[in-house]
Amino acid sequence: MFQELQEKFIDNFITDDRWQYIADGLITTLQVTFFAVIVGIVLGFLVAVVRSTYDKTGKLKVLNALCKLYLTVIRGTPVVVQLMIIYFVIFGDSRDISKVVVSVMAFGFNSGAYVAEIFRSGIMSVDSGQFEAGRSLGFNYFQTMRYIIMPQAFKNVLPALGNEFIVLLKETSVSGYIALQDLTKGGDIIRSRTYDAFMPLTAVAILYLAMVIIFTKLVNILERRLRSSDH
Amino acid sequence: MTTNYGDTLIRVEELYKIFGELHALNGISEEIHKGEVVVIVGPSGSGKSTFLRSLNLLEEPTRGKVIFEGEDITDKKVDINKHRQKMGMVFQHFNLFPHRTILQNITLAPVKLLKKSREEAEKRAMELLRLVGLEEKANAYPSQLSGGQKQRIAIVRSLAMDPEVMLFDEPTSALDPEMVGEVLELMKKLARDGMTMVVVTHEMGFAKEVATRVVFMDEGQIKEQAEPEEFFENPKDERLREFLSKIL
Repeated sequence: MFQELQEKFIDNFITDDRWQYIADGLITTLQVTFFAVIVGIVLGFLVAVVRSTYDKTGKLKVLNALCKLYLTVIRGTPVVVQLMIIYFVIFGDSRDISKVVVSVMAFGFNSGAYVAEIFRSGIMSVDSGQFEAGRSLGFNYFQTMRYIIMPQAFKNVLPALGNEFIVLLKETSVSGYIALQDLTKGGDIIRSRTYDAFMPLTAVAILYLAMVIIFTKLVNILERRLRSSDH
Repeated sequence: MTTNYGDTLIRVEELYKIFGELHALNGISEEIHKGEVVVIVGPSGSGKSTFLRSLNLLEEPTRGKVIFEGEDITDKKVDINKHRQKMGMVFQHFNLFPHRTILQNITLAPVKLLKKSREEAEKRAMELLRLVGLEEKANAYPSQLSGGQKQRIAIVRSLAMDPEVMLFDEPTSALDPEMVGEVLELMKKLARDGMTMVVVTHEMGFAKEVATRVVFMDEGQIKEQAEPEEFFENPKDERLREFLSKIL
């Protein structure tokens, strides 16, 4: 039994340096996730500011309508379809575009919609008295947002935000649909070479799990730091 | 009755605030002079808070003008933020910033808006904290303070901007009874030092003792106003008599 496992391990990972499919895939997955998170945060933040400014003041009507359209379309269609549309339709004629870039765009735009709603709920969760206190001291709308509302909103939404990025990390596993060699695809390539599903797919699953556990720990540390003011 | 006081600081002209069917303010014209302590009383829903919040335009009036230091601040072209810096406001629920220490609560606006250096702002903040006897709380967070302490800090936060007038919106209504005194004491001290104050409150003792003028509001209008003695001893308006009989 042990002998058999060892042979399978060697066959799946050592022979022909097959572990490199996993290693390269892992790096690609981390790259895509990292940059998509950044795109998602920036986009989500901007959309949330537009939406809550409209809710609070009635300004930015046109931008708000555009943001709502974006939210409806992105949240109403599967991310894998969005990924394929960006790759095969929007960049259909330019085959030399990097698949990593396309994935970052697709997952970033997708995540932005969810992050926007998370941020918005965070902004709305801050007591309106905080806003009034800021304005009464003479801060303008955006200063009040920046110095008073956002720091509190961010703290309130950190758990939800952390969760969104865990979802994003795992969602990138559909990048194989545009033949990007991410972690999942890497494991799948090994499976197609060795005709063994157990070893490569288990390895892939363990790596996702490890990344999620490490990331959750990091979020918890950040949460504890930010909570220092609530005794 | 206001001849003993300084120049007009705030002039309100024909102020209306209409929420759908509700006429929260029904044509108010009034003047606040430098050095006055005007206490506004009235039943709930009488529009007294709405009136107070209109003075710094936290509530935008539907119609009418608010003229502060000679400038019409309801004019859209006016930078309201500049004027608000000179109108301190104290809220029923304190509204301290929970993510910042007491010292940061006090210095935030002076540093960012008055462009004071951090040292200068902190020096002033510590002076003010000594004034209210809370200097040892400088590095505490709001959640570590009692209600009375929070409200005193909220007052200090406004004072740090060196305002021309202080607006108080039911400053003691959310406090436990034993903490009301310390906040009223501080407000009395401010009044004695000549601060112009407009106070919405249910504390009739404070009105009697400190107010230079008491204003009675009902149904979005000013129904009666007088110096405290006259106001409480010899009320003329029928609704005011009824109101006073209920609360005194």
